[in-house]
Amino acid sequence: MKTYTAHVTVSLRRAILDVQGKTVERALHSLHMPALSNVRIGKYVELTVQAPDEDRAKELVDDACKKLLSNPVMEDYSFRLEERVTSGAVA
Amino acid sequence: MNIGVVTFPGSNCNADTEFAAALDGSTVHRLWHKDTSLPSQLDAIILPGGFSYGDYLRTGAIARFSPIMQEVIDFANKGGMVMGICNGFQILTECGLLPGALIRNANLSFVCKDVYLRVENANTNFTNSVTKNTVLRIPIAHGEGRYTAPLEVIEELEAEQRVIFRYVTPAGEDSPEANPNGSVHNIAGILNTAGNVMGLMPHPERASDPLNGSTDGLSVFTSIALLRS
Repeated sequence: MKTYTAHVTVSLRRAILDVQGKTVERALHSLHMPALSNVRIGKYVELTVQAPDEDRAKELVDDACKKLLSNPVMEDYSFRLEERVTSGAVA
Repeated sequence: MNIGVVTFPGSNCNADTEFAAALDGSTVHRLWHKDTSLPSQLDAIILPGGFSYGDYLRTGAIARFSPIMQEVIDFANKGGMVMGICNGFQILTECGLLPGALIRNANLSFVCKDVYLRVENANTNFTNSVTKNTVLRIPIAHGEGRYTAPLEVIEELEAEQRVIFRYVTPAGEDSPEANPNGSVHNIAGILNTAGNVMGLMPHPERASDPLNGSTDGLSVFTSIALLRS
């Protein structure tokens, strides 16, 4: 069994107006940063996954994203997995 | 009538809802989020407003998986009447009994005030005590009440007259100014396809006694009661 850290990002679907993002974008522009735009604000979820391999870990996280971590009606999600290396080899 | 009112951790309108539901002589059954069965004689279940599970993750996202919700979903699928008020509406969309979702208000503020609702369809289990186009004054109190859904869902809701309440001006006009949260088409309340599940963001229980300043919310509870009287 391996241990992974999943880094999950959830954000509003592109089709839905992200009013928080718009407000932050206006604030950035008022701070004289006109080069910055299309601000999207979302959530970051970090969790530990125990799985025999990376494919299974992906399945588990994907299932969690679909069932609970995001609402597919209004949100999109993405994630990356990072294998946690145990320090057993250190003498 | 036998009406169940669910209390989740963080519900805060359960007592008011129990009060309003009992006004016509109905028997109110208190249901707890951990319950795994329902009283056999129930005619309707109400999911009250509040902040179930602290609104963690998303409004209604955790409540939807509480043990009582499996019972509520089974009850609804067998034709039982279910109404969700405010957070209850959010739970109903999260669990899929109603389409769409309720997201952050367009003005990013928590809005707590009286609004005016036009009854768009009086031929439903929840509005049969009033006539179409009646304007009701009922309070809202929410930060995530902007109704949204894919375009085809909105078109279907409109075509099937399943938008049953719309935010309007006191004169009954559905203008952008009358929309307190940015909901698409000024939608305040919707019905499922079968007509037995309804969700609305305004709080009819908070307009159910002269001391509330309005008794317009009573029509919803009266409509439910009419079905069995």
